[in-house]
Amino acid sequence: MTTPAIRLDRIRKSYGTQLVLDDVDLTVPAGTVTALLGPNGAGKTTTVHILSTLVRADAGSASVAGCDVAHDPEGVRAAIGLTGQFSAVDTLLTGEENLLLMARLRHLGARRAKARAAGLLEQFDLADAAKKPLSTYSGGMRRRLDLAMTLVTAPRVIFLDEPTTGLDPRSRHTMWEIVRGLVAEGTTVLLTTQYLDEADELADRIAVLDGGRIVAEGTPDELKRRIPGGHLELRFADAALLDAGARLLETAGRDDTALALTVPSDGGVAGLRGVLNRLADADVAVLDVSIHTPDLDDVFFALTGSTATAGRAGSPDDQEGTAS
Amino acid sequence: MTALTDTRPPAPGPAPIPPGGPHSSHVLADSATMLRRNLLHLIRYPGLSVFTILGPVVMLLLFVFVFGGTLGAGLPGGGPSDGREAYLAYVMPGILAITIAGSAGGIATTVAMDMTEGITARFRSMAISRAAVLAGHVLGNTIQALIAVVLVLGVGLAIGFRPTAGPAEWLAAAGILTLIAFAISWLGVAMGMQARSVETASNLPLVLLFLPFLGSGFVPTDSMPGWLQGFAQYQPFTPFIETIRALLLGTPLGSSALWAIGWCVVLIVVGYAWARALYERRSVR
Repeated sequence: MTTPAIRLDRIRKSYGTQLVLDDVDLTVPAGTVTALLGPNGAGKTTTVHILSTLVRADAGSASVAGCDVAHDPEGVRAAIGLTGQFSAVDTLLTGEENLLLMARLRHLGARRAKARAAGLLEQFDLADAAKKPLSTYSGGMRRRLDLAMTLVTAPRVIFLDEPTTGLDPRSRHTMWEIVRGLVAEGTTVLLTTQYLDEADELADRIAVLDGGRIVAEGTPDELKRRIPGGHLELRFADAALLDAGARLLETAGRDDTALALTVPSDGGVAGLRGVLNRLADADVAVLDVSIHTPDLDDVFFALTGSTATAGRAGSPDDQEGTAS
Repeated sequence: MTALTDTRPPAPGPAPIPPGGPHSSHVLADSATMLRRNLLHLIRYPGLSVFTILGPVVMLLLFVFVFGGTLGAGLPGGGPSDGREAYLAYVMPGILAITIAGSAGGIATTVAMDMTEGITARFRSMAISRAAVLAGHVLGNTIQALIAVVLVLGVGLAIGFRPTAGPAEWLAAAGILTLIAFAISWLGVAMGMQARSVETASNLPLVLLFLPFLGSGFVPTDSMPGWLQGFAQYQPFTPFIETIRALLLGTPLGSSALWAIGWCVVLIVVGYAWARALYERRSVR
């Protein structure tokens, strides 16, 4: 057994009376990607900040690349790269100057710094914008530059805090490609995300964080087995049709104000056709059908018994925490 | 982006960490890197620096051409005939001191802005010296303040300021001005860290702008009421101004130079300790 790249042991952190992390345990083996999945306020960023030595935990211990974050922060800093949720770029400089700044701070020497900056600009598709000020960069370009700055020297462990939040789909896929490239080279990645599909795409293991606690951990497949399948939502024109529909189908939910029924589904076309045919045969007209694949809300509902958006305020753990 | 994984040149590993921590050997190199960053900012966005130069120039012209005739006549040994000229000579050291004091507002704003940027969190998560990040600001501002001092002095010379200093005195004056600018910059950095927002960052340094008025910058301190004289004589700007005045105009130096250097050391130590303590706490958003 080699030492894990990241290890958190009963980490606690509160801000004032607000308990943000409540005895979090997590182990990330070297060379793997772990996604920390959770809604806003679950404690994802605080976890990353503790691991990157920006914030001190109140209790518990954590180590990164074999160095304890509290006792050997310099060792941790020398081994990690952090791309935070808020772009950590110097907005008054050009893209190239930002990379050269990082290269100098990593003591690469003038020639290697220039070569490395040029290589990264090329690799991250920023060569054309290299000499332009950051005010002209799009959100996606800034994120790419941000990550390129983290990669000026090859960190052993990289933290990506919501790397694709606010990006358009194309930039998002570009970012995913970059992360896959890093992993292929053996870098350990801890990424936080609010999106199940992102965790699914990139991560070897997923840890679900809710109200400051890890509520589930496992491979994407293990987690998905615990999540109910998708569902269909059917809307009707009036209450009579809604009643008729409810009699015909095995429903998982009924909303009388929206005149809608929720019907479990495997997401396949055959199941959808079956449901619609049964309604059509009985002359029950459907106003609108939508297909829902499992999303973060479903994961949260399945794992915590509350929805992701209500998870923070509604979780009993959280309330217990804030009271203490 | 498709060829991402294939064409990547091998990334250079991080530089080996020397025993005793990465700080000891890299503080100077990192400070130089940070200075370079701040100078680039200065060149790209000269707005703040223009203000630090124009302010003192306007004040100089105001005090010489509007108040100078009357104030000069009241100076010891001054007469009504050459009042304005005498007052220009008297007020110039004070204007130079106020030029440096004014630069603290600029650096406080720059630092407060920097603390709101994600890049500060990045610096803190990297194995670079904490002091280097702050020193970059301080050195940048010291250079900026000295450029402002030279330009303001140039305006003074253009309107008739005639210093009596020889080369040795000029050199000493440059030295003490640099030391004062360095000390005030450390204080300005700490004040910028202390500010809760960019908008309020220049409030605290405003206090520094008043100190030359409450010292020997604009009128001799013995013309002030007794209770104020006590403060005026012992606050840092009076020895600063008296030292500059003695070097440029040959007035008696006395113990001013020692007081000035002593005050600079105090301000540097206080500013450094204050800024370092806040840097740890304030840079995470």
